[in-house]
Amino acid sequence: MSGMKNDIKLIDESGRRIDGRLYNEMRPIKIEAGVLERADGSAYIEWGNNKIIAAVFGPRETYPKHIQDPSRAVLRARYNMAAFSVDERKKPGPDRRSVELSLVISNALSSVVFLEQYPRTSIDVFIEVLQADAGTRIAGLTAASVALADAGIPMKDLIAGCAVGKIENRIVLDLNKEEDNYGQADMPVAIIPRTQEIVLFQMDGDMDDSEIKEGLKLAIDAAMKIYELEKQALRNKYVKLAGGDFDE
Amino acid sequence: MENNIREIVLPGEIIDLQGNKPGTGIYIENGIAFSEILGVKTIRAGYVNIIPLSGRYHPQKGDKVIGKVVDIMPSNWVLDINAPYLAPLHANETPWKIEFGDTGKYLNIGDTVLAKIMSVNEVKQVWLTMKEQGLRKLEGGHVISVSPTKVPRIIGKEGSMIKMLKDMTNTKIYIGQNGVIWIDGETDNILKVVGAIRMIEREAHTIGLTDRIKEYLNKS
Repeated sequence: MSGMKNDIKLIDESGRRIDGRLYNEMRPIKIEAGVLERADGSAYIEWGNNKIIAAVFGPRETYPKHIQDPSRAVLRARYNMAAFSVDERKKPGPDRRSVELSLVISNALSSVVFLEQYPRTSIDVFIEVLQADAGTRIAGLTAASVALADAGIPMKDLIAGCAVGKIENRIVLDLNKEEDNYGQADMPVAIIPRTQEIVLFQMDGDMDDSEIKEGLKLAIDAAMKIYELEKQALRNKYVKLAGGDFDE
Repeated sequence: MENNIREIVLPGEIIDLQGNKPGTGIYIENGIAFSEILGVKTIRAGYVNIIPLSGRYHPQKGDKVIGKVVDIMPSNWVLDINAPYLAPLHANETPWKIEFGDTGKYLNIGDTVLAKIMSVNEVKQVWLTMKEQGLRKLEGGHVISVSPTKVPRIIGKEGSMIKMLKDMTNTKIYIGQNGVIWIDGETDNILKVVGAIRMIEREAHTIGLTDRIKEYLNKS
């Protein structure tokens, strides 16, 4: 919905955005690992007004059988928005948007998980958006990567990301709902923090070459901060175990 | 072992091998060792291993596991052993003499079996066997499951914890390496054992747990 005509001023004279942030500031983020009892791994994230829960099941037998791969595991992520997650009731069930996001998130996660260690199985990731306020695909991906680590699934690294956008002809970090709706462009980016390889990169709206480069730099810097929060969340769950006795 | 500081490592974290060889839970990229799982770093016998803090059971040859029959074939059963894969048990690998097609007379769907992992091949296919003393169908009783990573703690050093649980509650207990626990005895005692196991699970990292479990069993 980028580029809608409006008369809202998204950045004031002092360079502050409508929620008081500067161009390079993120919304507050809270991540918690291991919030669900039944799932093999889970995570809950609050990213500004976004509230998202992610659950991981597996590796387990693949159903339907015909999608199983004899050489590696199949990672399936399902992104779903709750009917009550947005202002007007969202019609439940998969739609064009959530099918696309499920695919890009699955692909991003598949690039870090050692799928070849579990041939013929599936790893199922469920991402439920309880409250949406722009940037849910990256927030969901962040929660999913924490949930995968919590499930004890072998992976190269966690995934971290952040969206950047263009409002009032300026590149800003981490758009909120108003900025997303009335801004000019939105560009979610996710990386493997250790190697800084990009695993998810999309853009909606118009940005030129130099703006993309500027945005990418902002997003990667932010992703590195989010990476620290993810690691902290995982440590918080298990920190008590550190002094524990693991002798047989 | 005791003087090693146990550090929690996360996927993608660099592991200092300190001259040891990389063991389980580690991958090498450009000559540098990284952890691939969330776990605790331990050094044993010249190998650095990352012991997972969570996750499914990884079948290993020789492990005793408790499985549930989920399917019957003419000459084998299929068991759920809480691993990523279902495990078949062939009729020839049982103490009974079974005619072709008679498998259902011996073990039915839903039955619980104490079995041993006979083999795991490179594509992670698992085969079970019951041909060893002590391996049998578990009748009656109560089955609970815990995280496989907590099993060593429930058994205790040289079986001290499990022995105490058995003696103090007068129950029969079998623990599978896959985290499935079978308990039989008086209902009240079973509940007591379940309570104690949940407590061990929760407080696995604390010191002096055996004494507190003893206290718990005495009190209830």
